Amino acid sequence: MATLARLQARSSTVGNQYYFRNSVVDPFRKKENDAAVKIQSWFRGCQVRSYIRHLNRIVTIIQKWWRSFLGRKQYQLTVQVAYYTMMMNLYNAMAVRIQRRWRGYRVRKYLFNYYYLKEYLKVVSETNDAIRKALEEFAEMKEREEKKANLEREEKKRDYQARKMHYLLSTKQIPGIYNSPFRKEPDPWELQLQKAKPLTHRRPKVKQKDSTSLTDWLACTSTRSFPRSEILPPINRKQCQGWAQWLTPVIPALWEAKADRSQGQEIKTILDNMGPFRDITEVLEQRYRPLEPTLRVAEPIDELKLAREELRREEWLQNVNDNMFLPFSSYHKNEKYIPSMHLSSKYGPVSYKEQFRSENPKKWICDKDFQTVLPSFELFSKYGKLYSKAGQIV
Amino acid sequence: MVAELATRPQNIETLQNAGVMSLLRTLLLDVVPTIQQTAALALGRLANYNDDLAEAVVKCDILPQLVYSLAEQNRFYKKAAAFVLRAVGKHSPQLAQAIVDCGALDTLVICLEDFDPGVKEAAAWALRYIARHNAELSQAVVDAGAVPLLVLCIQEPEIALKRIAASALSDIAKHSPELAQTVVDAGAVAHLAQMILNPDAKLKHQILSALSQVSKHSVDLAEMVVEAEIFPVVLTCLKDKDEYVKKNASTLIREIAKHTPELSQLVVNAGGVAAVIDCIGSCKGNTRLPGIMMLGYVAAHSENLAMAVIISKGVPQLSVCLSEEPEDHIKAAAAWALGQIGRHTPEHARAVAVTNTLPVLLSLYMSTESSEDLQVKSKKAIKNILQKCTYLPALEPFLYDAPPNILKHVVGQFSKVLPHDSKARRLFVTSGGLKKVQEIKAEPGSLLQEYINSINSCYPEEIVSALSKYHCKFLTSPLLQFCGLGFHF
Repeated sequence: MATLARLQARSSTVGNQYYFRNSVVDPFRKKENDAAVKIQSWFRGCQVRSYIRHLNRIVTIIQKWWRSFLGRKQYQLTVQVAYYTMMMNLYNAMAVRIQRRWRGYRVRKYLFNYYYLKEYLKVVSETNDAIRKALEEFAEMKEREEKKANLEREEKKRDYQARKMHYLLSTKQIPGIYNSPFRKEPDPWELQLQKAKPLTHRRPKVKQKDSTSLTDWLACTSTRSFPRSEILPPINRKQCQGWAQWLTPVIPALWEAKADRSQGQEIKTILDNMGPFRDITEVLEQRYRPLEPTLRVAEPIDELKLAREELRREEWLQNVNDNMFLPFSSYHKNEKYIPSMHLSSKYGPVSYKEQFRSENPKKWICDKDFQTVLPSFELFSKYGKLYSKAGQIV
Repeated sequence: MVAELATRPQNIETLQNAGVMSLLRTLLLDVVPTIQQTAALALGRLANYNDDLAEAVVKCDILPQLVYSLAEQNRFYKKAAAFVLRAVGKHSPQLAQAIVDCGALDTLVICLEDFDPGVKEAAAWALRYIARHNAELSQAVVDAGAVPLLVLCIQEPEIALKRIAASALSDIAKHSPELAQTVVDAGAVAHLAQMILNPDAKLKHQILSALSQVSKHSVDLAEMVVEAEIFPVVLTCLKDKDEYVKKNASTLIREIAKHTPELSQLVVNAGGVAAVIDCIGSCKGNTRLPGIMMLGYVAAHSENLAMAVIISKGVPQLSVCLSEEPEDHIKAAAAWALGQIGRHTPEHARAVAVTNTLPVLLSLYMSTESSEDLQVKSKKAIKNILQKCTYLPALEPFLYDAPPNILKHVVGQFSKVLPHDSKARRLFVTSGGLKKVQEIKAEPGSLLQEYINSINSCYPEEIVSALSKYHCKFLTSPLLQFCGLGFHF
C-alpha cells in the first residue's frame, strides 16, 4: 500500500513530468528520428550492400563454376571432333596409300602387264623367226629336190640315149664318131657310151616275200603269181589277139620278148594284132600293183596283243605256283586317298583355250564339245607318201 | 558320119546354123553306141564354145533326152553327157536353171556314185558349174544330196577327181553360211585339211579356196576350220612356187583372222604374220592383196596385235607395197592397213612415221590421178596416224605441203608436244618450223589459232615477233644469240 500511496502522490508530478518531458523531447524527436533514420538507412544500406556483395561473390562463384563446366564440355566436344577429323584424315591417307599400291599392282599385273606384253612380243618375234627359218628350209628343200629330180631325169635320159646308141662305140679297129683321131681326148659321149650297157631284154623284177600274214595277199597280187586258173581263155579260138593277151602273162618268154620290140617276127605279128589297146603287161602291172603298206600296217594289227599273249604264256610256264602273291597286311586298303598338291588346290591351271577363245554358250548347237575325228598330222610325215603316185615328181 | 562329127567341133564358126542341133539330136537316138557318144561329145564342144549355142541346145529339147539316157548308158556316154551338161550350165544362171528344171541333178548325183573316176569327174564338174552361179542353184545341188558324195570323191586317189570335187565344194560353200555349214556337216573340212600336204599345185589351190570360202562366213565356221589343225601347215603353202596357191593361202588366213581378236591372236601365235609378210615380199600385183588385207585386219583388232605386226617388220613391207604397186586398189588396201596399225598409240604411230610413209600417203591423197577410194582411204589413214603421232621430225614436212584440214591436225599435234619437250622446241626453231607456223593464216578464235597461240607461248615474245616480222631464216641465229643468253629453252 505504501507504494500505491507514493505512486498516487507522484501521479500529478509524474503526469507533469511526463508532459514536460514529452514536450521537451518533441522538437528533437524529428531530428533524432531523422538522424536515426539516416543512421538506419546508412546502416541498412551497408548491410544490404554487403549482402549484395556477398551475393555477387557467391553468384560469381556459381557462374564461374557453371561456365567453366560448360566450357569444359564444349572443349571436350571440340577435342572429340578434332580427334575424329584427325583420325579420319589419317585413315584416308593410309587408305590412299593402300589403294595406290593395290591399283598400281592390279593395272600392272592384270590390265596392262608391261613385262608380260614384252615377253609376249619377244615370243612372237621368236616364233616368227623360227617359222621364217623353217619355211626357208622348206623352200630350199623343195628346190633341191626339184633340181635333183631334174638332174636325175637328165641323167636317165642321157643314159637311155647312150644305151640306144651303144653301137656307135669305137672298137679297136675303127674309131667311133665320138673318138675322132684328130681330137686330143675323146668326147664325153664316148665315155658315156663305154659305160652304157646295150639294151637287153627286160627281166621281170623279183619281189621280196614278207614273212607276215599280209604276204599271202601280197603274193597273190604280184604279177609273177598271177592266178592262172581264174581267168578263162577267150571263147573264139581263132582270134589271135585274145589268145596273145591271155597267154602273155603265162609265157615268160613271150613276156620278155615284148620288152624288146626289135626281135622276133612272129612276136611282131602278135604285137601288131593287139589293136589300140595298151600293153598287157603294163595294164596288169598297174591293175595288180602290190600294196605299199605304211609301217603301221606292215605288221598285223594285233601284233602287240599277240606279243603280250606270248609273254604271258612264257611266264605262266615258268611259274611254280599259279596263285597271285598277296601282300601280308591289308592295312593300306583303309587309307584315305591323298591327292597330289596339284590336284588338291582350289586354283587349277588355266586352260590354254580360255585365254584365246571366247565362248558364247547361246550359240552352241549341242551340249557336247566337238570331237577330233581324225588324229592330228605332223608337218612332213605324209609328204610323198600318199596312195597315188600320180602328179608327183618322178 | 561319126568321123565327120568328131572333126566338126574344130570348125565351129562354120557351123552356126541351128540345123546342126537337130541333126545331132536325132543322132543321139541312134542305135550304135559310139555314134551316140560322139554326138554327145560334139554337142558338148559346141555348147562349150559360146552361150548362144548352149541356149540352142536347151531350146531344142536335147536335155531331157540326155538326162534320160544318162541313167542307163555306159560310162563313155555318161562322160560325154555330163560334159554337155557342164558346157551348157557354165554360161549363165538361166541355163543352169534350165538344166535343174529338167531333172538333171538327180542323174548327175547318181553318176557321182559310179565306179569310173572319169564319170565322177565329169559329173562333179557339171555340178560345180551349176552351183557356181547363185545360192538357189547351190541349194538345189545340195538338196539333191551331192555334198556327201563329193566328200567321198575327195578321198579318191585320182588327183583330177580330187581337184574337181574340192572346187565343187568351194563353189557350193561360197554363197551363204547355211550352205557352208552343210559342207562342214558332211565332214569335208577334215579331209580338205588332210590334203593340204599334197604336192600338186592345182589341188592345193582348190583346197585352200574351199577352206577360205567355208571360213569366211562366220566365227564358228572359221573356228571349225582352225580346229582341223591347218596351222602351221598352211604356212608352207605360202612358200609355194605357184602364185595362185600363195594367193589362196593368204586369202584363207585373212578370212580366219578377220573375225575376232582371239582368232587373230591364234594366227599371230602360230607365226602366221611373219609368213604372210614374207609372202607379200615375194609376190607382185593382185597376189599381194589378201596378205595386205590380212595385216590390216589383224592390226585393227587390238593394239597388242598391231604391235606384234610391227615387230614382225610388217610396216616397211607395207610401205614398199604402197610406193611400188601400180594398181590403185592395192595401194588403197596398203594405206588402210597402215592406218589400222598406226592408230592405236603414239608408239604405233611412231613406228609407222619412221618409215617415211606419211609423205607418200599425203602425195597419194593430194594427187588427182588417184581413184576416189584411194583418196578416201589415204586421208583416213593420215588422220588416224596423225592423231597419235608425236614423232616430230616426221610431222615437219607436213607443215609445208599439207592442205588446210590436215594442217590443223598437224599443228594441233605440235601444240601438244612442244610445251613439254625442250629439245624438240630447239629443233623446231632451228629447222624453220616456227617461222612456218607464223606464216599460217588462221581465223581468230578458230581451233587452229588456239594451237598457234599455244605454240607461240612456248617461246619468248621477242623471238616470235621477230620471226613474224622478218620472215628471214638467216636472222634467227643472231637473234637467238642476242636474246637467248638467259633463256633456257
